Amino acid sequence: MTKFTLSRRSLLKSAAAGLVTAPVFGIERAAAAGLTIGIIYVGPRDDYGWNQAHAVAAKALKLVPGVTVVEEENVPETIAVQKTMESMIQLDGAKLIFATSFGYFDPHMVEMAKKFPQVEFRHAIGLWQKDKHPSNAGSYYAYLHQAHYVDGIAAGLSTKTGKLGFIAAKPISSVLSNINAFAMGVRKVNPTATVQVIFTGDWALPVREAEAANALADSGCDVLTCHVDSPKVVVETAEKRGVKSCGHNASQASLAPKGFITGAEYKWETVYKYFADLLAKGQKLPNFERGGYDKDYVQNTAFGAGATEEAKKAAAAAIADLKANKPYVSGPLKDNKGVEVLAAGKVVDNYDVFLETTNYLVEGVVGSMT
Amino acid sequence: MSDDPFFTVAVAMFAGAIRVSTPFLFVSLGECLTEKSGRINLGLEGTLVFGAMSAYAISYLSGSPWLGVAAAGCSGAVFGALHGFICKLPKVNDIAIGIALMLFGSGLAFFFGKSFIQPTAPRLSAIDFGFLTSNPQMKVALQINPLFFVGLVAALALWWALRNTRFGLVVRMTGDSAATARAMGTSVDLVRFLATTIGGFSAGIGGAFLSLYYPGSWNEGLSSGQGLMAVALVIFSRWNPIACVAAALLFGAAGALGPALQSVGISQGYHFFNAAPHILTLAIMIASTSPKRSLKGAPGELSITK
Amino acid sequence: MSETTTSLEAGGGVGGLTVDRLAGLLRAAEAIVIPIGAVVVSAAIFSLFLLALGKSPVTFFDLLWRGGYGSAFSWQNTLVRTAPLIFTALCVAVPARLGLVIIGGEGALVLGGFAAAVVALPLLGHAPPWVVMPAMFLAAMLAGSVWIAIVGALRHHRGVNETIASLLMFYIAVAILNFFVEGALRSPVDPNKPSTTPIGPTNMVGEIPGLGVHWGLAFGVVLAILCHVLMTRTTFGFAARVAGGNVRAARAQGLPVGRLIVISCALAGASAGIAGYFEVAAILGKANASLAAGYGFTGILVSFLARHNPLAIPPVAVLFGGLAAAGGLIQRRMGLPDATVQVLQGLIFVVILISETLYGRFAIFDREAKR
Repeated sequence: MTKFTLSRRSLLKSAAAGLVTAPVFGIERAAAAGLTIGIIYVGPRDDYGWNQAHAVAAKALKLVPGVTVVEEENVPETIAVQKTMESMIQLDGAKLIFATSFGYFDPHMVEMAKKFPQVEFRHAIGLWQKDKHPSNAGSYYAYLHQAHYVDGIAAGLSTKTGKLGFIAAKPISSVLSNINAFAMGVRKVNPTATVQVIFTGDWALPVREAEAANALADSGCDVLTCHVDSPKVVVETAEKRGVKSCGHNASQASLAPKGFITGAEYKWETVYKYFADLLAKGQKLPNFERGGYDKDYVQNTAFGAGATEEAKKAAAAAIADLKANKPYVSGPLKDNKGVEVLAAGKVVDNYDVFLETTNYLVEGVVGSMT
Repeated sequence: MSDDPFFTVAVAMFAGAIRVSTPFLFVSLGECLTEKSGRINLGLEGTLVFGAMSAYAISYLSGSPWLGVAAAGCSGAVFGALHGFICKLPKVNDIAIGIALMLFGSGLAFFFGKSFIQPTAPRLSAIDFGFLTSNPQMKVALQINPLFFVGLVAALALWWALRNTRFGLVVRMTGDSAATARAMGTSVDLVRFLATTIGGFSAGIGGAFLSLYYPGSWNEGLSSGQGLMAVALVIFSRWNPIACVAAALLFGAAGALGPALQSVGISQGYHFFNAAPHILTLAIMIASTSPKRSLKGAPGELSITK
Repeated sequence: MSETTTSLEAGGGVGGLTVDRLAGLLRAAEAIVIPIGAVVVSAAIFSLFLLALGKSPVTFFDLLWRGGYGSAFSWQNTLVRTAPLIFTALCVAVPARLGLVIIGGEGALVLGGFAAAVVALPLLGHAPPWVVMPAMFLAAMLAGSVWIAIVGALRHHRGVNETIASLLMFYIAVAILNFFVEGALRSPVDPNKPSTTPIGPTNMVGEIPGLGVHWGLAFGVVLAILCHVLMTRTTFGFAARVAGGNVRAARAQGLPVGRLIVISCALAGASAGIAGYFEVAAILGKANASLAAGYGFTGILVSFLARHNPLAIPPVAVLFGGLAAAGGLIQRRMGLPDATVQVLQGLIFVVILISETLYGRFAIFDREAKR
């Protein structure tokens, strides 16, 4: 147990803090010896989508000796998540909390981080800022938009009609950056092509997702992709309609043996493995962890039958550039209303938060955020 | 491929009407029969969700999607029977029991459905009527699942049976006046129990359509209130099974409106287009009801119309 | 049953109780014993369910106790979830006295919270908290009450079924919220959770000292008592109950049934709107999609379980708050999916409703029947 300097130190601290802040009676410490990690999911852990991707990857943490992982699913982004964090801390003795949904960050995680300074909090995606947020909080994110950019390149060279479709859940920045990256990829290789976007309004609405896929196919789109919790329905519907598809989140290759091009996949396991190694060494987790292809945090699904030879070649080249951390976004860049978002000649570094705070759709995307 | 956006939206709504309407149709037919007997079962949302889960699970485990459909119907019948049995007890509120069974049914479906989210089960296939047209979009729209036709036939049969058979007469009489039915020697409780059970069976089939054909996948967000909307459909169909078909088609078309408009680039205000089925239902309910006269076709014993 | 009957019978005449008071007490006892019995029966059925799955019911109920009520923190956890349930349950209970079943309280909550956040927008930075906070509160009440009053008006003037109309309007309320929150009123503060501009810490509602739960809980209890007084001690309440019992009789008595319906619905909506206010002003600090978290729907259960009795709503809300609070612990310790608590909730609800049939069946509670 001597390895766990972090946990031992913070345990002592928390015991002291517990006397001050904790209510009078009944605090249990389920795992007093090692480090207990709490992981919180917004949906069911086996949704074949976002939550499952985290849950599967987080298994790396369970392999670290002395670490106990407690998990809770379907926790809404309300006071409930604050209480879940507190419950993990108070009843399970958690010293490190991973919160994996967008809306957990502000105010919920920030509040809890202030209340429990001896506990470390990490949020998937959230934008932790050093001068604004508590130092025991932090965020980690994998740049999936890089893989969507590669999707776009492959899709742009695999389309015949020059019309592509993107089915998105909500107009939030992490979704918009994926749509934009996809469109930039498409238009890099196919400058006249357009990407038609449909917002369904929520993360899991299978009937509307299927309707959206059909409507896009009807309007002439011959490649579909999406950013919803579980892309199964979109990819299967595309295949049924005989149009090509790109995946999202995890591999959907087997669902579309005829039309699958490639897909944007998280490699959360690299991230969690990295964290697990740090914990095993007794080190503190970074407050702000980011990475894309360069750190092996994302990948593209192996090409399917829908990808043309030309597409495979161009996509492979793009991947090589991204692995070398070469920037792929540069000005001039306009949004789809004609407003300039990036001046000519400006090059955006792959780690620039500019790419994480997207609130527009780029030129070439047809659709509106409201 | 036509580039006329109006045509595209029209086709999408036509296709949507056929694709999306079937679950509404089955649930509303089931509910129609139940309500004709004088009870309302709001729990069909839970029945639909449980039906969807059991259909997918059985199809996956047995390899036969039609066995899944049968399982969904049977599990639906069990929920219907439960509702029918409980409501027989004096002082028990059928609306409340419905809400309770909605929660219980979907809770059980989520509980047992966890391990069936990821696997791919054999799905129902469609009958291709594409030869009727040369338009490629219409060709796709005319791939129609057999259950759609089963629903149409069931609607006709129910309409005919309610009017022309002894069974229909007994159900209607029970629904209009329990006292009269009792005087005629009919067991009101038994009739309602059977009507609710058959209604549950039908709703279960509606669930099977969701998970085994369109969208053809099981997960916890599958229904999003379709079972409840179907109950609303029955009211504005005036308890007429033929009108239920029209209402279900209309509702399916309305559901296709949001995505279809966005697909041709009309996307401002998509939140409201997506809520079109709900807005439309409310509008029709407001337009078509009147406090002055009692609803035509409304069963007199029904708690919601009293 | 016969044993208890005798013992109560024996005690019946003692203590100088008048027959009327005794009957009242017995009826009160009935109203407590039957629901508790129903909860025990559902727990028993649920235990069988767990045993069939190879899980220990003892562990389950132990965790339920510890997670919901076993420590000061657990109580905090429970009570903070209780507060919104009291408001949303009242939204069901008040119209229920008129025989209306409103299941769309969630819509009034969502719009109440939204209205509160919107009213605050032009005031932020210009007005002190003692202006902003009441303005937000009133806006939430108003928005909620108008929303459900529409349902009542539709019911009365057009004969539109209130259960379904209120549900449909919930979907519309969410569309309105998302349209503005993801569009015109979106604040750039959080790019990944579309929200209105935060109201700022000075305009937030604090906690009840020593309890660690926001003031919404106290407001909820007070409102429940007020509703009870309104329903039992005022002409309005009496008229509402008459109309709820028999509309025709009420009309014959010259009671303004339509006005009663609309006012009851407005009160109900105001209550749900207040729940939205506290979600925004005590927890989220802004309006966003998290407002639709299901409190409105759980409130339906609470109200039915409390038999639409406002005084019974706070304790029943504590029961459901505790179930929700303990749900997490049960998931983590027993490896049961989150739906477990939903199954238990549904089961309790079903059994409680079945137990309705028992009222007046037990001779021990019914002196009238004896005579």
